[in-house]
Amino acid sequence: MILDSKCPSGPLADKWDNHRRDLKLVNPANKRKYTIIVVGTGLAGGSVAATLAELGYNVEAFCYQDSPRRGHSIAAQGGINAAKNYQNDGDSIFRLFHDTIKGGDFRAREANVYRLAQISNNIIDQCVAQGVPFARDYAGYLENRSFGGAQVSRTFFARGQTGQQLLLGAYQAFSRQVQAGKIRVHPRTEMLDLVVVDGEAKGITVRDMVSGEIRCHAADAVVLASGGYVNVYNLSTNAMGSSVTAAWRAHKKGAFFANPCYTQIHPTCIPVSGDHQSKLTLMSESLRNDGRIWVPKNKGDRRPAHQIPEDERDYYLERKYPSFGNLAPRDIASRAAKQACDAGLGVGSGRGVYLDFADAIERLGEDAIRARYGNLFDMYQRITGEDAYRQPMRIYPALHYAMGGLWVDYNLQSNLPGLFVLGEANFSDHGANRLGASALMQGLADGYFIAPYTIADYLARTEPGKISSKGDEFRDSAAQVEGLTNKLLAVNGRKTVNQFHRELGHIMWEDVGMARSEDSLKAAVEKISALREEFWNNVRVPGSGADLNQELEKAGRMADYLEFGELLARDALNRDESCGGHFRVEHQTEDGEAVRDDDSFSYVAAWEYGGDGQTPQLHKEPLTFENIELAVRSYK
Amino acid sequence: MNLTLHVWRQQGPDDKGRLERYQAKDVSPDMSFLEMLDEVNEELVQEGREPIVFDHDCREGICGTCSQVINGQPHGPQAETTVCQLHMRQFKDGDEIYIEPWRARAFPVIKDLIVDRTAMDRIVEAGGYVSVSTGGVPDANAILIPKADADAAMDAAECIGCGACVAACPNGSAMLFVSAKVGQLAKLPQGRPEAARRVCSMTETMLDEGFGNCSNHYECEAACPKGISVKFIAMLNREYLKAMPKLKGKKEA
Repeated sequence: MILDSKCPSGPLADKWDNHRRDLKLVNPANKRKYTIIVVGTGLAGGSVAATLAELGYNVEAFCYQDSPRRGHSIAAQGGINAAKNYQNDGDSIFRLFHDTIKGGDFRAREANVYRLAQISNNIIDQCVAQGVPFARDYAGYLENRSFGGAQVSRTFFARGQTGQQLLLGAYQAFSRQVQAGKIRVHPRTEMLDLVVVDGEAKGITVRDMVSGEIRCHAADAVVLASGGYVNVYNLSTNAMGSSVTAAWRAHKKGAFFANPCYTQIHPTCIPVSGDHQSKLTLMSESLRNDGRIWVPKNKGDRRPAHQIPEDERDYYLERKYPSFGNLAPRDIASRAAKQACDAGLGVGSGRGVYLDFADAIERLGEDAIRARYGNLFDMYQRITGEDAYRQPMRIYPALHYAMGGLWVDYNLQSNLPGLFVLGEANFSDHGANRLGASALMQGLADGYFIAPYTIADYLARTEPGKISSKGDEFRDSAAQVEGLTNKLLAVNGRKTVNQFHRELGHIMWEDVGMARSEDSLKAAVEKISALREEFWNNVRVPGSGADLNQELEKAGRMADYLEFGELLARDALNRDESCGGHFRVEHQTEDGEAVRDDDSFSYVAAWEYGGDGQTPQLHKEPLTFENIELAVRSYK
Repeated sequence: MNLTLHVWRQQGPDDKGRLERYQAKDVSPDMSFLEMLDEVNEELVQEGREPIVFDHDCREGICGTCSQVINGQPHGPQAETTVCQLHMRQFKDGDEIYIEPWRARAFPVIKDLIVDRTAMDRIVEAGGYVSVSTGGVPDANAILIPKADADAAMDAAECIGCGACVAACPNGSAMLFVSAKVGQLAKLPQGRPEAARRVCSMTETMLDEGFGNCSNHYECEAACPKGISVKFIAMLNREYLKAMPKLKGKKEA
């Protein structure tokens, strides 16, 4: 099947305006007759729930956390992009669009990305109106900083906690609607199934994580804003509870999963310290504005950093990419770090490179660096016990973000009508690699300014309140979820969920990580399938389903990773080219740069679930570029 | 290193609960405190026993989920550090460690180390926002904010809503939490129009939810992982006094 993205025709700059003009509206008196389920309360979920409720719809909001203020958007440090051109440095909507398409290695939809760039400016206005305390200069105007993959300063920030401040802005707007009675919150509740009635998404089945009760909720439309899936790699910068479960269960009910192989590995994370490691911590990309990345030139040079003279250091990003230097995009910087370490030049455990602030401290003074990055330096010290003002940080790439996700059209609607997918959970805007400070922008664009319009268009064509959670589809769904819970508890094997997660993570990192090959991917598919079989025969989940049971929660997510990991590897195997975060060793230039194959792979790979143990079916959405020239991405 | 843990186990809100003893063996100084507990739990699961449940999520000190009282101190011994960021190099071989949940009237225990903090959400729902809907707002630079005010607002806005301030307070007061939101929005021009209504409504909801009042112990500031200053409580009180004549004590204005 060739998928239709439903992108409007006409000139790029007018597409969204024209489309909005054509979208149907729901009249104010009718809005209160509709109920919309929103799963997830991060930036995308929080902002869409608040906005839909402000418009008058009834919203049922679900999150697995104890409060809707804790979605993992909160951990984003660096900032949010917008094409305001406040710095008069040549920025524009077109330039932000261009940088994002290019940064994504020409694997995103033009129309979506242009809309994102247009809306970026409204987001900053909205957040300021909410009281988000962005950094200001002495005249009281907003400040900007530069970020990877861009040569202009367009990133707005609130110290090193931009994600937190934007999320609290959305959470506050959300809370106002809870008070107004328009949002009902269901914290500590995990979505475990999507309910489809006559081919349309009409509800979800959830588990109350405190009482263990399995419940069904019906609605006129379902919004998934459940985040990304990179915890399939076990170690990542995601929160412990971030998972693929909501998206995967929707996929198993018919929603296509697009480009799962596009995963982002962030170059500046704190290296692994041992087998006990439970997660990895990101050091904001903004550090690359002032820090210089280097490794010793000589293999096995174990001297402390300050004893290695200048001419025996290799500032490899500055050397290889003189025009972007340390601000090269994430995929490029990550691969370069891996190459240096593979060549035996790594520092610390051998899996690390230096991020050095000595020059910046000499140029600007320690106080200026403290003012910019103090909280990050403190965090680094707490975790490693080292003082980055005195010695360089050690950093290494880690899994960070999922560009892939559930397939959506221009309306952010899945192939299943009534199912809308927002934020990191969808695949839409970042192509094969996301630029820094663009995730916050996308989550809020989807939630505040896109989905509220496009959902109305869907609702206007449906009769409100038609579906009841007492129907057959709901009963079957609840029985299925109950069955899965009981099955997990009944295995009573000898290995813990964490042991399985570590093993899966190892397979994913080694075979489906930063350098993928046909052989490694084929091996991964075999290994994952074998591990999945072992899981269902040998996992141990103590306790009962009728109680707060964290091992059971983890086991359910693990079962999904063991299926999803295989799809990710299959997608990587299918995409026989290198692009952005997806690097196939068969396709590289002599100096190790990615080589795309636009003739064969300029498409979105959307996978349809094939059934238990069956091969998934591939559908393609061709990508066409009318406003931007396909080029070899160069940051030299 | 090897450690002896005394961990609060409580099956549910109606259970009385008790401290139970566990051994943590071969603990690496590079482990985080929660990774140490993960290892203890792995052993419990292997033995077929129920692991210790505790709240945690981002494990990088920002989501505000983790919540343990360690040797009597919310978030443990290291200043301005959440439990998830506390590392085992802060402890030494042979240490005995007492681990308990947040204890406050407004935070009932759900199980083991997990408490119900939804009362804090209800305080925010009562007015911890600017009542602006999506769309129709002016250009971001149309609202000028002096740097000092923006910085002070950010100092308050750093609150992660963990509730350590409540757990540390002998009165179980949420004044630091409330003052952080009231203070942030009071410092910004966007927040001024509703300042009076906000401070009254949030403070009264705090009392209705069973939190105590402030009697200047400053334990909250000492426990706060983000170092929020008690000067915001002073600001909260000033805002409250300014609001009283306008509202005559009513929540609705």
